[in-house]
Amino acid sequence: MGSRQKSTDRRLRRRHRAEAGFKLILLASIILVAIILSIILVTILWKSLPALKLSMILQTPGTGYYLGKKGGILNAIVGSLEVSLGATLIALVIALPTVIYLNTYLKRKSFLAEVIRLSLDVLWGIPSIVYGVFGFLLMLMLHLRASLLAGMITIALVELPILSRALDETIRLVPAELKEASYALGGNRWQTSTRVVLRQALPGLITSILIALGRGLGDGASVLFTAGYTDRITTSLFQPVATLPLAIFFQLNSPFPEVQERAFASAAILTLLILIISLLTRYFGRKLSRHKVR
Amino acid sequence: MKKEKGKELVAGLFSLLPIILAISIFLLLLTKAFPLLSLKSLPTILFSSAWQPQKGQFGLWPFILGTIWVTITAFILAAPLSILTAIYISDYASGRLKKWLVPVIDLLAGLPSVIYGMWGILLIVPLVGKYLAPLFGTYSSGYCILTAGIVLAVMILPTIVNVSVEVLSAVPADLKEAALALGATRLEVVRFIVLKKSRPGVAAACVLGLSRAFGETLAVMMVVGNVPLTPTSLFSPAYPLPALLANNYGEMLSIPGYEAALNLAAVVLLFMVIIFSLAARLYLNKLEQRID
Repeated sequence: MGSRQKSTDRRLRRRHRAEAGFKLILLASIILVAIILSIILVTILWKSLPALKLSMILQTPGTGYYLGKKGGILNAIVGSLEVSLGATLIALVIALPTVIYLNTYLKRKSFLAEVIRLSLDVLWGIPSIVYGVFGFLLMLMLHLRASLLAGMITIALVELPILSRALDETIRLVPAELKEASYALGGNRWQTSTRVVLRQALPGLITSILIALGRGLGDGASVLFTAGYTDRITTSLFQPVATLPLAIFFQLNSPFPEVQERAFASAAILTLLILIISLLTRYFGRKLSRHKVR
Repeated sequence: MKKEKGKELVAGLFSLLPIILAISIFLLLLTKAFPLLSLKSLPTILFSSAWQPQKGQFGLWPFILGTIWVTITAFILAAPLSILTAIYISDYASGRLKKWLVPVIDLLAGLPSVIYGMWGILLIVPLVGKYLAPLFGTYSSGYCILTAGIVLAVMILPTIVNVSVEVLSAVPADLKEAALALGATRLEVVRFIVLKKSRPGVAAACVLGLSRAFGETLAVMMVVGNVPLTPTSLFSPAYPLPALLANNYGEMLSIPGYEAALNLAAVVLLFMVIIFSLAARLYLNKLEQRID
């Protein structure tokens, strides 16, 4: 009896030790993740401090900028915003009708719905560099030069599957009862989807758009061959355009330390933009959960 | 009524765009890669290690191997850490901690590739070149597969964590509670119930992360060295397919077959990524439907 009690005790102790050990491993991994993120942010901020002046965001590159002389990267900031906002608009124009059609006009299991979702999944997997290659080939076919328009189209392609997926998930969350209530009042499918479903899903809609915008803002590989680069602020769809990721990339390759420091400062600016978008996304995400109909 | 039909038609036409787009990307890349296949057979191009465009030799093998090496390294580093993090978030973390952790992971997911690349140059390159390589008794400039693998691992971590958390959280709470009521420790619940139920889902999450790693461009090319030789160790430089494209595409030289060779590289990359990405995605979709 006594020895049996003792062996149960021992087993119990072993199980508790295993539990404690596992918890320690979990904690260690989570702390490692937190440390990695803080190291990334701290490194960027710390390295960017020497070059982080107001002129960086207020001026375009002056003469001799790439040799370390005066100027800023206003061209890339404005360019990045132009490209990503335009791209998000294009992606939205395609994604929104697609997702509405998928969710209100097609049956969940219909062949067409399956094929559309499959192609969106395929598009989701395509790396942005391949979109860049595709955009470049498209550009040649349309006799376009590397320009704001070409960059916008290419980034829109990168954003399309991300946006569609996010939109699809939000719109699917709209309760069926709400739609049925609208139908019962005599609303047709178009009225129901635009005035009831979209309004209910509005916070999610904004969140999805912001996620896509953030992706567009940070994507460098797809604009490498399609957007070109310029030291001036782009004012036309057919001019080449500078983007922040490429500004960072090019300045980092410079042999001059002053220019490299500016790459760090540019990175801090880009990170800040992404951070703002991320915070806005969280804000609207919280709003979304508050209005949940149960 | 007529108006309604018109709007339906327009929405329907828009929804065909993703299908057209997916097909046209494959078709356009394949047709543009085709000219090279009339010069040489596919296996010779894929498995030859000689990349000398001036001499008309377009062996893609070093690039394919480089891609695989870097991706596998990142995968091995990222998968365990991501799964543990996901388990912590789904089964251990308190509500308040979760509120902090999830945004942190999301921010990590949102940071652009070029930022990770810069971080790699600033920290990981010296770390590997000055400390890790001598530790293993070899020399490395720091611009090598291991560095790229570390940077890439951090980049795919959020993807794996986010999808895994979704999969793990889908395990019914009553199952876990029943086990806890029978006296199981939390670890036992995770091992015998949560992981048993969600192992394929977690695997799919990892494969999805893997497929992201294959195509990652800027961050990798900034730290991997870009030398078109067959890699021999973790400390040797490599030249993955995306970096090949990023460095050489767009400035087309007038070498016969060169353009087609680069397009073929894009096709190879596309297929490598899509196979993994689609398999994982389709499985996860099925899982999602079962939960609904």
